[in-house]
Amino acid sequence: MIKNLKKQNVWFVFTPYLWLVLFFFVPLALIFKISISVSEWGMPPYRDLFSLSENGLEINSTLGNYLFIFSDPFYIRSYLNSLSLAFTSTVLCLLIGYPIAFYVAKSKTSTRNILLIMLIIPFWSSFLLRVYAWKVLLQGSGIINSILIHIGLISEPISMLHNHYAVILGVVYTYLPFMILPLYGYLVKFDLNLIDASNDLGAKPLNTFVKVILPLSLPGIVAGSMLVFIPVVGEYIIPEMLGGSDKLYFGKIIWDEFFVNRDWPIASALAMSGIVILVFPIIIFQLMYAKYNFKNE
Amino acid sequence: MYEPFLQIIDVSKRFDNVVALDKVNLKIEKSEIFSLLGSSGCGKSTLLRIIAGFEKPDEGRILLEGKDITKLPPYVRPLNIMFQNYALFPHLNVTNNIQFGLKEEKISKEEINHRVNEILNLLELNGLEKRKINEISGGQQQRVALARCLVKKPKLLLLDEPLAALDKQLRVQTQFELVNLQYKLGITFIIVTHDQEEAMSLSDRMAIMKNGEILQVGNPVEIYEKPKDKYIANFIGTANIFNVINENNQIIIKELNYEVKNINNKENYFKCLIRPEKISVKKLENQSDNLNIGVVKEVAYLGSYTKYLIDVNGFEFYSFMQNSLVSDNLQIKWDDKVQISFNETSIYFFND
Repeated sequence: MIKNLKKQNVWFVFTPYLWLVLFFFVPLALIFKISISVSEWGMPPYRDLFSLSENGLEINSTLGNYLFIFSDPFYIRSYLNSLSLAFTSTVLCLLIGYPIAFYVAKSKTSTRNILLIMLIIPFWSSFLLRVYAWKVLLQGSGIINSILIHIGLISEPISMLHNHYAVILGVVYTYLPFMILPLYGYLVKFDLNLIDASNDLGAKPLNTFVKVILPLSLPGIVAGSMLVFIPVVGEYIIPEMLGGSDKLYFGKIIWDEFFVNRDWPIASALAMSGIVILVFPIIIFQLMYAKYNFKNE
Repeated sequence: MYEPFLQIIDVSKRFDNVVALDKVNLKIEKSEIFSLLGSSGCGKSTLLRIIAGFEKPDEGRILLEGKDITKLPPYVRPLNIMFQNYALFPHLNVTNNIQFGLKEEKISKEEINHRVNEILNLLELNGLEKRKINEISGGQQQRVALARCLVKKPKLLLLDEPLAALDKQLRVQTQFELVNLQYKLGITFIIVTHDQEEAMSLSDRMAIMKNGEILQVGNPVEIYEKPKDKYIANFIGTANIFNVINENNQIIIKELNYEVKNINNKENYFKCLIRPEKISVKKLENQSDNLNIGVVKEVAYLGSYTKYLIDVNGFEFYSFMQNSLVSDNLQIKWDDKVQISFNETSIYFFND
């Protein structure tokens, strides 16, 4: 196929790959290089991998950074915290997003477009601002506390900010559209007659959902879950702004290692490990899923 | 006491103030093929969906074997529907589609397998059991959809435009198969269709619907020969409708200036219908001054018969002639003058 492509078409196809190589693989390689370097005081705060001295070429490489982070339960716990945050928010996004996606997909075309725009409008304002807005809403003198005090439900402001519940709230709020949009994409193609047919054949509403609607929207569920789960594992800003000291998250640990401790090799080793641990299960899952889909087509 | 199999009593339905059904009454007998015929928007599909239970009527009741099923949800009604687009489950194979409904009943695995095999044989679907729905042809999909309903042994089968998605050749063949199948199983069929030929050839009885109302119920012959009004006459087949003048005890077909002599019933009628196949035309040998002379405006040769559009004093109507009967007629051409004749018994008088 590539043989048949004209010269300009080759560029057309490979430009995105070039982009990927330049801005993804090259930085990744740099991070990898730093992760196996030896930490030292200076600028940059690590020793060059190769240096020339009286003894000839010296290779200053170490696996010590990796050994260090895997021997310290602090890092492992923060990674598990991030995984559990990603899992919880993915499930919550799915539970909240599925009915919304279904409703949007099944409303009249005119209403549907308005609803879709409403889903997309938040993206017009900065992500940082939206998270900051939650900070304002949840704080002690914030709107929610004021209203609760005003209607007499509570007498003193309750602390809603700076704990991991606030983080989950922020993450679910921010990532919900990433769940809804792919789900919508599959549900909008769904033939409503199939629901009638299932009912008619004797399946009660719950059985119809489990046996017909759910299996047919599975690709949307998988796509949406991936779009939420993967970025949330490395999420830094939301835990930083809404979270407290009750749970430390992986993204924040990497930030701290880079900018507080100025230990670039450890930070890079953390980033690399995070990617590798996540990448392999996802690749295996995708392969299995592709096989399942192939069997079903 | 006599009790019809399915009774539809005063059923009305509106959608946003648009009347879809207006006080519909219908009695359907056991083991008959009954068609609901009408152009799109006449309410026939809404009526079918109400019988299936997908829509609730605003007023009225549905009785099946004397039992009120109006409020029952679709999944407990002892009837099944075959959808126009078949609505087969794309994520299941043929067998799983067919046994979908059986698995919702409390039936043993052996019984399910037995009944699925039975229906696979009946509908000649053997060899396709493991196929996905998108791997089989349109005709096969139609049979799977039918099998999925019939395997449940419903008391009543609703068919929404059952043949519309098939190509023409397959449609004729499937029509006969459907009738044979119904005869074999004795299940009552209610068919919704907009195709009058399909309704005529399939049904024992049919109802003509328009604007949410039932205009006429009868067997195909009654509907064709004795339509209640002009709309039905035109809807089923081709209709030549003439005005009737009734004066001085003479009944005259106005456009043909023809006096009907042998009429028993001297009631006042304003219209009459003569079907095109009952009007014959004959080429004039010599210029006689016979009253019934027309001019041929159009000739359409259709193999077994020929359509002629005849003009008499500016009024146009059709005559269909069997080509096997009158080979001379093949010589009739445009602008030829022809003599028109018909039997007075084939005139059907009506008011409207």
